[in-house]
Amino acid sequence: MIEIAGLTKSYGSTTVLDGIDLTVDEGRIAAVVGPSGAGKSTLARCINLLERPTSGTIAVNGQDLTRLSRRDLREARRQIGTVFQSANLLRRLTAAQNVALPMRHAGLPDQEVRRRVAELLERVGMLHRANHYPSQLSGGQRQRIGIARGLALQPAVLLSDEATSGLDPETTLSILDLLAELRDDLGVTILVITHEMDVVRSVADLVAQLDHGRIVEQGTVSDVVRRSNSPLSRALLPMPPVAVDEQLRAWAVRYEGPEVSPVWLAQAGRELDTDVAVLAALVEAAGDHRVGRLTVGLDPQLDDRRVVEVLTRYGVVAEPVDRAVLRAVATGANVAAEGAA
Amino acid sequence: MIALLGTPWPDVPDLMVPALGETFRMVAVVMAIVVALGGPLGLLIFNTSPLGLFPNRAVHVSISWIANLGRSLPFLVLMAAVIPVTKLVFGTTIGFKAALIPMSIAGIAFFARLTENAVREVPRDLLDVGLAGGSSRSQIITSIQLREAMPGLAAGLTLNVIAMIEYSAIAGAIGSGGVGYLAVNYGYRRFDDNIMIACIVLLVVLVQLIQFSGDRVVRALSR
Repeated sequence: MIEIAGLTKSYGSTTVLDGIDLTVDEGRIAAVVGPSGAGKSTLARCINLLERPTSGTIAVNGQDLTRLSRRDLREARRQIGTVFQSANLLRRLTAAQNVALPMRHAGLPDQEVRRRVAELLERVGMLHRANHYPSQLSGGQRQRIGIARGLALQPAVLLSDEATSGLDPETTLSILDLLAELRDDLGVTILVITHEMDVVRSVADLVAQLDHGRIVEQGTVSDVVRRSNSPLSRALLPMPPVAVDEQLRAWAVRYEGPEVSPVWLAQAGRELDTDVAVLAALVEAAGDHRVGRLTVGLDPQLDDRRVVEVLTRYGVVAEPVDRAVLRAVATGANVAAEGAA
Repeated sequence: MIALLGTPWPDVPDLMVPALGETFRMVAVVMAIVVALGGPLGLLIFNTSPLGLFPNRAVHVSISWIANLGRSLPFLVLMAAVIPVTKLVFGTTIGFKAALIPMSIAGIAFFARLTENAVREVPRDLLDVGLAGGSSRSQIITSIQLREAMPGLAAGLTLNVIAMIEYSAIAGAIGSGGVGYLAVNYGYRRFDDNIMIACIVLLVVLVQLIQFSGDRVVRALSR
């Protein structure tokens, strides 16, 4: 578990991080998002104390890292596995030797190092590349080795600093699956620093938006996507612009979670005895994980309260959108979509 | 009247072979000192810099300045300048021993800079890998910094050996022995063209061979 409280980092008169409060419970994946220059990397470097915070505390499993002596800090850092952007493997070591390095430095016996290296490489699906050098591996393979190395000392916390930046979408997905697997199998707490909203949608339990060194919005992903017009919500599920239609009343509709039936829209339409026009939609379903954000057009004659009541029963949040807001949503969505691209 | 006759070719090897042995001995002894002292000095210069593992401006500036001092004098001047030190240490100002001190000073300063450059090329992120993984600074220096800098260090070592061969020849002026001494005493003072030619050929071949093998090693170390 990670507890960050009042974390501030300044360089001279420039404040890069300004009073960050963030708690990630054990076995959860939190994502910190934000534009470049927002302070994401500094936050990552503060958490394992590669940068010393100006003020505030960083506790990992209840131990405040900022108070530790250098010797104790070295021990504590072994509780935090770090996966770096572009993996940062040592070029002159093989994959297996790279994974073994933290264990050798921690003084683990040879036999155990060998056993654990094999185990870790197996877990990240890289056992067949054990004796390859980084230059012989693809970007995704290098990142898998980087993750194996991050896990070498069985850390309670894994810190991933833009680990999927620069990887193609398919490789990104496979790395994210691996992270989710680590959370589910090993109960590792994971903090993902990223600028990619896809990463947040597919793997995170919690999300926090960093801007100008402050967390401007945070919450569980399910809460955030249900929020009506929060910038983070729009960025997470960006909507294409909506054509304004005089014949229909527009409704903004959001949902997240396994309890929402995959066929809720058709069922709700039948129950309301009306035809539903889908004006814009972003829907994702992967196993039990379902999120959606839609703008639908309904008959203006329908009673608003009844619409809300029916949809709420399906686990869907709905609110009518007046035209002015609709335009704002459309433009906002555009901005968010561009930001995500 | 000076005899303008060169040493007959068949007798040349009798002079050259022992001279070559002396050159080897001199360069080997000096290089051992240079690596043992210049390497750590270079690591210290880098690691006290803002990019290093224990930044310390005062230490960085002062040892940097000392290293520059050793490199700022032309070798012949340096050799003359340290004669009092040589006399104090060895009680003599000529010969093999007399050459050791100025060659070591110049070599250490040179190798410190070469080492500093080689470890500077190691990406800073790799040091962070060690720090974030709970490695100690000495572990990071030996198994990340030095290991990753191996190709650069090998290239630096090659350069340094060649420079020391050159300096050993200059040290011929104070009777150091070796190929350079032969070139100065026979080729220059006695106008012995044969010995001069033999010395030149030998030095050129030697330097080419060292550079060639150094390049091979660098390639083998690069991944």
